[in-house]
Amino acid sequence: MNSSTTLYNLGELTRLGSTDGPLQRLHPAAKLFTTILFIVVVMSFGRYTLSALLPFLLYPVVLATVGNIPPASILRKVALALPFALCIGIFNPFLDTNPVLYIGTLPISGGILSFCSILFRLFLTVSATLALIGITGFYTLCAFLPRMGVPRIFANQLLFLYRYLFVLLEEASRMERARNLRTFSKKGLGLRVYAQLLGHLLLRTFDRAERIHQAMLCRAYTGSLPLAPLPPFGIRDLLFCLAWGLFFLLARVYDLPQLLGHILSFWI
Amino acid sequence: MHMADALISPVTGGILWAVSAALLTVSSQRMRACFDSRLIPLMGVLGAFIFAAQMINFTIPGTGSSGHLGGGLLLAILLGPYAGFLTITSVLTIQALFFADGGLLALGCNIFNLGFFPCFVVYPFLYKPLAGLSPTRKSLSIACVVGAIASLQLGAFSVVLETVASGITELPFASFALLMQPIHLLIGLVEGLVTAAVVTFIYNARPDLLQLSGKTKTWSIGKLAATFALLALVVGGFFSSFVSSDPDGLEWSIQNLTGKEELPAPDAAPYNTLATLQEKTAIMPDYAFREPAISEEMPAHTTPPAPSTETSDMSTAESTGSLPTLDTATGMAGLTGGVLTLILTLLLGFFLRRRARHE
Repeated sequence: MNSSTTLYNLGELTRLGSTDGPLQRLHPAAKLFTTILFIVVVMSFGRYTLSALLPFLLYPVVLATVGNIPPASILRKVALALPFALCIGIFNPFLDTNPVLYIGTLPISGGILSFCSILFRLFLTVSATLALIGITGFYTLCAFLPRMGVPRIFANQLLFLYRYLFVLLEEASRMERARNLRTFSKKGLGLRVYAQLLGHLLLRTFDRAERIHQAMLCRAYTGSLPLAPLPPFGIRDLLFCLAWGLFFLLARVYDLPQLLGHILSFWI
Repeated sequence: MHMADALISPVTGGILWAVSAALLTVSSQRMRACFDSRLIPLMGVLGAFIFAAQMINFTIPGTGSSGHLGGGLLLAILLGPYAGFLTITSVLTIQALFFADGGLLALGCNIFNLGFFPCFVVYPFLYKPLAGLSPTRKSLSIACVVGAIASLQLGAFSVVLETVASGITELPFASFALLMQPIHLLIGLVEGLVTAAVVTFIYNARPDLLQLSGKTKTWSIGKLAATFALLALVVGGFFSSFVSSDPDGLEWSIQNLTGKEELPAPDAAPYNTLATLQEKTAIMPDYAFREPAISEEMPAHTTPPAPSTETSDMSTAESTGSLPTLDTATGMAGLTGGVLTLILTLLLGFFLRRRARHE
């Protein structure tokens, strides 16, 4: 992962979370629970399911378009998430070669079907999660977590980590650039220099933590951070949850594309 | 080796969510019990440090590849098990949300694989005894390397178990384990060397920092053993009752609700989930292929359970349960309908985007 692209991508999603829009104004609980429901329903299908999963594309597409998230930023991250699922799923076509489906006379094996299913589900789950964070924003999400019963110390930890992520990523990318400029024909890119770089970064990190702590004490820190206020859970939020819940139920019970195909063939 | 949402079933994900949530609660309570306000910013900044460290690569001599730090064990060493666990959990959460590394459903699995093992198994039982009460450079290095290898082996094995229990992939247990463990032996060795180098650097420069972790209390062996036994019982019980009979938890619960154990017939079997409800679709006039007689008449299209999955009961159960028997019409209907659905969805997306632009 290139350092500058990492920074850019991270900042991109944050910026999106702070913009205003109909989806951004929804309560974080509505968006979080609907997205979790979405992922659970998508993953609850059998392993050979493909066509019944297609309608679920609607959810990330609507979130991304209404939320004004550029599709390219989501697609880039899906590509980053691909390798592991690819490594594990790639065995399916070789291990399961029974033809289960005929398109015309072309047999499709169960392995290929389940492999495609894994890849499509990866796309669905990853894009839904990224769209969720894009339209919710991390600070709002963290403000909601303790109200849901997540330990407060953990919500604080997430906020802290997120706040200093940018600072330390920038520092590390400066160090990396400095090292790369001083290395010739790969000399100095090995473990020795790397460990010393990390060690120094770690020492600086400890010092930074100490300074932050002092600054916090000066500002009357008592052990926990105040939470940002959240709007009440309104009728719009409820409607959002119910409408999507109903759609997920419908798409889970009926294989909508299959139905559509049959209606078409019936007419023609 | 972050698990992805696309590879786990809701039951497996849910169980590990519950386990990880419990661990998170216990760790938070422990932290509150011996509260040190210095730790709060330190944990946050060290979590950010892990990200920053992962951004810098180093080349592994002799190979073309590069390695970087994983961080679970290093956090446990610097912060102690509880604060270390909270920190690695927060790192994994941000990775899941922003970097698409893992996912929301798989977060529980990832916390368990990459957080629980280094913080609560390797650190107290392997790292501490190996490093000794008054650590030297050598004992620290050995403890780090052995600890990192052990945490990655345990984590990789856990990934294998979770994947096989989820039944999304075809991989049989034994060969998957044989694939994963050696790879992670190498990754563990690299990670161990990096951790050892960083820890000895800190040991030379600021040895007092390594004492920080000594402040948090460690559990007594008996208490830990009892917790493990309970955890094993709960997880094992859940897994055997849910997963081995049928990896699809939703299906399982629906079957229990409706009281029907088996599908009436191998109809459009890839879509056999929620079978009883789906029966309703049979009112469609063109659904002749859904009648059971069809599949018996067409033995050429019926497929026996995959022989390769016989090594594992779970996957065999899944295969026989959902191996589809389909004819051409179904395939074509699924294809045309699928393409149409995609087009409709994308058109809707474009329409919404244009509207959003106009506003």
